[in-house]
Amino acid sequence: MKQNRFWSWIFLAIGVLYFLLPLIGTFEFSLKMRRGVYSLDAYEAVIFDPRFQATFGYSVMMALATIVVGVLLVVPTAYWVRLRLPSWRPVLEFVTLLPLVIPPIVIVFGYIRLYNTSSWLPLTGTAMGTNILLMFGYVVLSLPYMYRAIDTGLRAIDVGTLTEAAQSLGAGWITIMWRVILPNVFVAVLSGAFLTFAIVIGEFVLAALLNRPAFGPYLQLIGANRAYEPAALAVIAFAITWGCMALIQVVSRFAPRPPAQPH
Amino acid sequence: MSDPFLSIRQVRKAFGPTVVVQEFNLDVRQGEFVSFLGPSGCGKTTMLRIVAGFEEPSAGTVNIGGRDVTALKPNQRNIGMVFQAYALFPNMTVAGNIGFGLKVAGKPAAEIRSRVAEMLELIKLQEFGSRYPYQLSGGQQQRVALARAMAARPQVLLLDEPLSALDAKVRVSLREEIRAIQKELGITTIFVTHDQEEALSMSDRIVVMYNGRAEQVGTPFEIYNRPATRFVAGFVGTLNVIEGRVTDPAAGTVSIAGGAVSVGNRLAGRKAGEAVSLALRPEAIALGRREGRDGLVTGTIREVSFLGSVIRVRVAVGEALLSLDTFNSPASPPPVAGETADISFSSSDMLILDR
Repeated sequence: MKQNRFWSWIFLAIGVLYFLLPLIGTFEFSLKMRRGVYSLDAYEAVIFDPRFQATFGYSVMMALATIVVGVLLVVPTAYWVRLRLPSWRPVLEFVTLLPLVIPPIVIVFGYIRLYNTSSWLPLTGTAMGTNILLMFGYVVLSLPYMYRAIDTGLRAIDVGTLTEAAQSLGAGWITIMWRVILPNVFVAVLSGAFLTFAIVIGEFVLAALLNRPAFGPYLQLIGANRAYEPAALAVIAFAITWGCMALIQVVSRFAPRPPAQPH
Repeated sequence: MSDPFLSIRQVRKAFGPTVVVQEFNLDVRQGEFVSFLGPSGCGKTTMLRIVAGFEEPSAGTVNIGGRDVTALKPNQRNIGMVFQAYALFPNMTVAGNIGFGLKVAGKPAAEIRSRVAEMLELIKLQEFGSRYPYQLSGGQQQRVALARAMAARPQVLLLDEPLSALDAKVRVSLREEIRAIQKELGITTIFVTHDQEEALSMSDRIVVMYNGRAEQVGTPFEIYNRPATRFVAGFVGTLNVIEGRVTDPAAGTVSIAGGAVSVGNRLAGRKAGEAVSLALRPEAIALGRREGRDGLVTGTIREVSFLGSVIRVRVAVGEALLSLDTFNSPASPPPVAGETADISFSSSDMLILDR
């Protein structure tokens, strides 16, 4: 028994080192901009760079738009499939998994081909059109995470009976969605939202090929031309992702607790 | 019946080739408590869901308060429903749950508060308004569900096996409470159950359902004492079925293993020698000879079960095994298995099963 525990600790230590060493190395390197002493100069240089502010701000706005559209698309769809079309669940699961197996570069080339200036819907012809296209691209990329998070939330409640209970009390579909279903899957929606935020903030391929001023292409640009700032940016990007994960944990504590089910 | 409040006419429901409700007709008076009783799959819940509007009938109509509601959506029917699985909204407090229907109806906040307080008092949970459903026991949750269903003063209250998920003690106390509240508010109620004791103890009338049909509609007394069909007789209460043969139709005599009985003039249309099924409730049979009982047969005691206040004795009479109940008395010892015993009954208590 003791020996088992010994090996468990060894494997845990190897795992921790595997994940933490590069991060510690990157963090340490990001502090070495000033010769001979540790400093936050690289962070200062990055944060006060107007391009950082512009690209980060752009990506945050895109992430928020993606979350709103993703939630509006996925919540009613997942709810309706659970309620009325349960046989369609495997189809939906498959479709929402596709973005994981189709590389973003394929998606973006498809977009450019379909929505170029000589197509019937020339979205790439204007900045706003391209922003919309990019946002829908992000919705597709975040679909596997958003759908699974919301579907898990819906699984935790008795969607059918709660819907019927609300209907018997006079509620219509909008009231049911807004007052009954959404509040009960709100934490799941937030989990999906934070995952989406983390994906959009670091996304490179779609933004670069659609030539939009997003944070991902900025990261790549700085990485190619500077020494210490990319390390600082990498640490900032990690911090944002971990911040999102921590927020998921925090909000899940405030989830409505399902009552004891009859047995 | 004059002016039924809820009227179900010729309702039929089929899911593909499977017919789950057929030729269902029922009139319910205002304030009446009617139970749909039957085994699993008999169509009772489907019929309730048709009244609620959750299922559309394949044929037939449902009228509530003189209005045809067959085509109306559930949220347009002004019904209250209580589900087996409680179905309280987990994100709302008890008060929020009870006030939900009133809020949806756009009632003023003051009216909602006062009605919620009234309902909390009715279900004796005044102190629980700010609690969440997960902080309540099963029985408390179901009382809240009942209050929620009645808060908006629905025309009809529908109860879909609301007691099935509760433990035995809570079930008994809650059924008394539901009945008392229903009587106090005078609300027309349909109660679905597979538990005959619940149906018998709570209902003004019972609809016994089998294979999608209403086998019999009657008061608990009628259903128990004068079952219309073999199914009703077997499903409601315990029943001893004795196979016999008509000996003299005019005299009303039937021969059974261990003797002969007279059933009066209830053999009209039967011929001598014809097989006939007779039935007796356990409480209608007594151990030993009793004055005033005209039926007497002899058998052998096979089994004695002590149930507390009652002792159930199984007596083999020919090929039939008859159950009878006798009250426990500390002064007299219970009968012993293996003994020969006379059993007596009144032939007027004997049921003749037609189908």
